[in-house]
Amino acid sequence: MELLIFYPLAGFCVLMGLGVIISSSPINSALSLIAMMMGLAGVFVLQQAHFLAILQIIVYAGAIMVLFMFVIMLLNLKSAEEDTWSIRPQNTYVSVLTGFLALGALYKIACVISQAKLDSPAAVPDDFGTVVRVGTTLFTDFVLPFEVASILLLAAMVGAVVLAKNKID
Amino acid sequence: MIDGIFQFIDENTYLLLGIIKAVVIASALLGVVPLLVWLERRLMGRFQVRLGPNRVGPYGLGQPISDSIKLLFKESIIQNSADKFLFHLAPVVVVFTAIVSFAVIPMTGPFELFGEKMGLWASNINSGILFVFAISGMGIYGMVLAGLSSNNKYSLMGGLRSSAQMISYELTLGLAALCVIVHTGSLNLVDMVERQNSWPNALNLLNPPLMIAFVLFFIAGIAETNRAPFDLPEAEQELVAGFHTEYTGMKFAMFFMGEYINMVTMSALITLMFLGGWNTYILPDWAIIGFVAFAFKVSFLLCVFIWLRSTFPRIRYDRLMTFGWKFLLPIAIVNLFLEAAIRVI
Repeated sequence: MELLIFYPLAGFCVLMGLGVIISSSPINSALSLIAMMMGLAGVFVLQQAHFLAILQIIVYAGAIMVLFMFVIMLLNLKSAEEDTWSIRPQNTYVSVLTGFLALGALYKIACVISQAKLDSPAAVPDDFGTVVRVGTTLFTDFVLPFEVASILLLAAMVGAVVLAKNKID
Repeated sequence: MIDGIFQFIDENTYLLLGIIKAVVIASALLGVVPLLVWLERRLMGRFQVRLGPNRVGPYGLGQPISDSIKLLFKESIIQNSADKFLFHLAPVVVVFTAIVSFAVIPMTGPFELFGEKMGLWASNINSGILFVFAISGMGIYGMVLAGLSSNNKYSLMGGLRSSAQMISYELTLGLAALCVIVHTGSLNLVDMVERQNSWPNALNLLNPPLMIAFVLFFIAGIAETNRAPFDLPEAEQELVAGFHTEYTGMKFAMFFMGEYINMVTMSALITLMFLGGWNTYILPDWAIIGFVAFAFKVSFLLCVFIWLRSTFPRIRYDRLMTFGWKFLLPIAIVNLFLEAAIRVI
């Protein structure tokens, strides 16, 4: 039953992920990305991580992608021919390098997964994935990475404001 | 054969029950929309000292039916320059998200039917209120897509305005809801109502910080549903009809369906979070009385929505942003700290 839901969902995610790279207009890319994030949220739900799934939708699909769409809308005032992705020849080396890195990472992941024992899944505790559990874990075991990440985000935000302000002045 | 069917039902009760609930709730919501349109037009008529629709059927009740028949048979026009796929997708997204976000709204307390414990909700998930916010946040894309795909400057402006407005007011909405979450200690909507079922802490509304949260939530809720006086995305005088300028027939009606269903969801959320949900406090504790009480509270709030629309003029766009970011948001943050401090003490 679980696999019956997982495979269409995972297939949908992969298709949409491909759609992000392949589609020629920024709008379609952004929409594919949103759809992929929704599919990923579905996969999280399948893994009993309900809170994470909802956060995925609120933060990524709801907040970040809306800003993406916002920018695309403001740029889209030009004619339809101009707003397709253009391919720059000097980017080819970077693309090839990134492709190799990604392939390496995928190979490593595949190795790890193929060696892992998957026959006996551990019993999932009752409160797994609930708000209480996620919150407690975040604020006890992972409080240092959490705070570091928040400071990093704050620094990025201040930096963005400073950069934008320089341009306006 | 019959035994086989019974066995199938026995094995998949949960699944079948879910499907039945989903169908009932979705069709009930869609059925409520014409009634709401009728109510709005009648009430607006009263507020403006005129009669409103009263020709078709008793009290003009046939008016929404004849309107929807008219809309169904209208020609669906799409301009050549529009992006066909996105143009069709936009109204679907609006209605879909509006209906799905209602799935976690509980309409009455849990009761027993045929020996099985059940509740009048499609699903009672652990973080129900977050689910509503997540899905209604997806509704923004419907408007953005409509604005983008129409290839029309008015539509684009409408889409831009709606997304900017909804992002801005979502923060206030979330912070006001966070007050109630801190007060209840749970994200579950059923828990929120059950926290309010006895007198010392009945009606979240009567709690001082939550009173402010209620006002904030209500204002932000009106802005989220794009209702007057915050109906900037479809300001008729400036933008023709905003993001749905180019839409005709049933696709045009679908945007309205989305708006009205969102209105119902928002009223239901306010009822559950601040007005005690299905609790009546004096009448016996039956599920059916609970449902009537819930429906009464929601329809009262819907009337307030309509009342506000006919009372206030639309506010200017820059004022809308200033009001949201520089007035409502600081109050919401301070209010949250206040509520948290009271909870700790």
